[in-house]
Amino acid sequence: MKPSEDDLQAYVDDLLTPERRATLETYLAGAPEAAERVAAYREQNAQLRAQFNPILNEPIPQRLTMIAPRRSLARFAIAASWLFLGVAIGWLANTLVVREPVRLASFAHRAAIAHAVYSPEVRHPVEVGADQEAHLVRWLSKRLGADLRPPTLTGNGYALVGGRLLPGDRGAVAQFMYQDAKGRRLTLYVSRMNASQGDTAFRYSRENGVSVFYWVDGSLGYALSGELPKSDLLGVATAVYKQLNP
Amino acid sequence: MDQATLAPHIPRLRRYARALVGDRYAADDLVQDTLERAINKFHLWRPGSDLRAWLFAIMHNVHVNQVRSRAARPETALDDGDLPAQPAFDVDHLEIRDMQSAIAALPTEQREVILLIALEQLSYAEVARVLGIPMGTVMSRLFRARERLRAQLAGVPPQSNLKLVK
Repeated sequence: MKPSEDDLQAYVDDLLTPERRATLETYLAGAPEAAERVAAYREQNAQLRAQFNPILNEPIPQRLTMIAPRRSLARFAIAASWLFLGVAIGWLANTLVVREPVRLASFAHRAAIAHAVYSPEVRHPVEVGADQEAHLVRWLSKRLGADLRPPTLTGNGYALVGGRLLPGDRGAVAQFMYQDAKGRRLTLYVSRMNASQGDTAFRYSRENGVSVFYWVDGSLGYALSGELPKSDLLGVATAVYKQLNP
Repeated sequence: MDQATLAPHIPRLRRYARALVGDRYAADDLVQDTLERAINKFHLWRPGSDLRAWLFAIMHNVHVNQVRSRAARPETALDDGDLPAQPAFDVDHLEIRDMQSAIAALPTEQREVILLIALEQLSYAEVARVLGIPMGTVMSRLFRARERLRAQLAGVPPQSNLKLVK
């Protein structure tokens, strides 16, 4: 009796009961075409295993053994209640101006990082040097879409080295670099700000030895960074502010 | 649910993923996505049921989603000419490559079925559950996959691996 196709397949995969297997083998002995097909299928199984079984013995990449649960049910509940509290506070505080200082603090943080990255550069501290100041100002003004004027800080002992274009969280950011006679450097980081931001007073932050004074003036945010004591940097920041608001 | 519960299954998941998607890194990405999902959805696993089958079912779903999103956002493939040439004289290697390209040439739904059966040695009923399809569909896909492999491996000389240089 001719077996079903499913039985032939199951025979290939050793999924038949011993009795049915015996019946099928009797059939195959007299059906060379089917026997050849079954042999080819079995050979495919063997080749697939030969090809892919070695993967079982490969060392497991670390990224697959370090997966932590993102949240358990209990932690989800805790996180959700914190989130609720946060949203409630945020909503209440929105009119009380708590949200913007957070954004401004991250602005100051990025300025401090940019300062730490570029100010130690010996060969390429800037993209465009102060010898091409007119070009530098035109270029950065165009990219930021705002009129930029790097202040003159020679009165404080700092000369303009040049500037560069950096990516910020809302597009292009300009960084101007200054240097004094001892080679100490300051950077002025300038970014466009949210129109609803509104002007702010000076704020101060310090991280990893970098002092930052930052403020918002019209549509632009400024952050002046340097490895100076707070009072010295404040003097320069005041000079910058006065030049921008004559 | 922790990593230790899953750890014994990782080698098999990797083997299947590699056979399914071919590329080693894409395969480990698939395994990683599968494990993350398993850990985060572990409350959906019915204790006492087969954890391995559950994991393969997750991998199947993750893979289907990946294929779908890739179809929506096609990537540019590397030109063959960018890759280092395989040594052409290694006969064993050529045969292996032949199986690999034959498997890769199968439609995904046929490839899944034959790999779960030949490599994982799941029963036909388990394959039906993992893939969420009727038994009859498993059987017809298995038959078509095997016939297609047979035609490809029998009818095509090993030289077919050499690509025409455009």
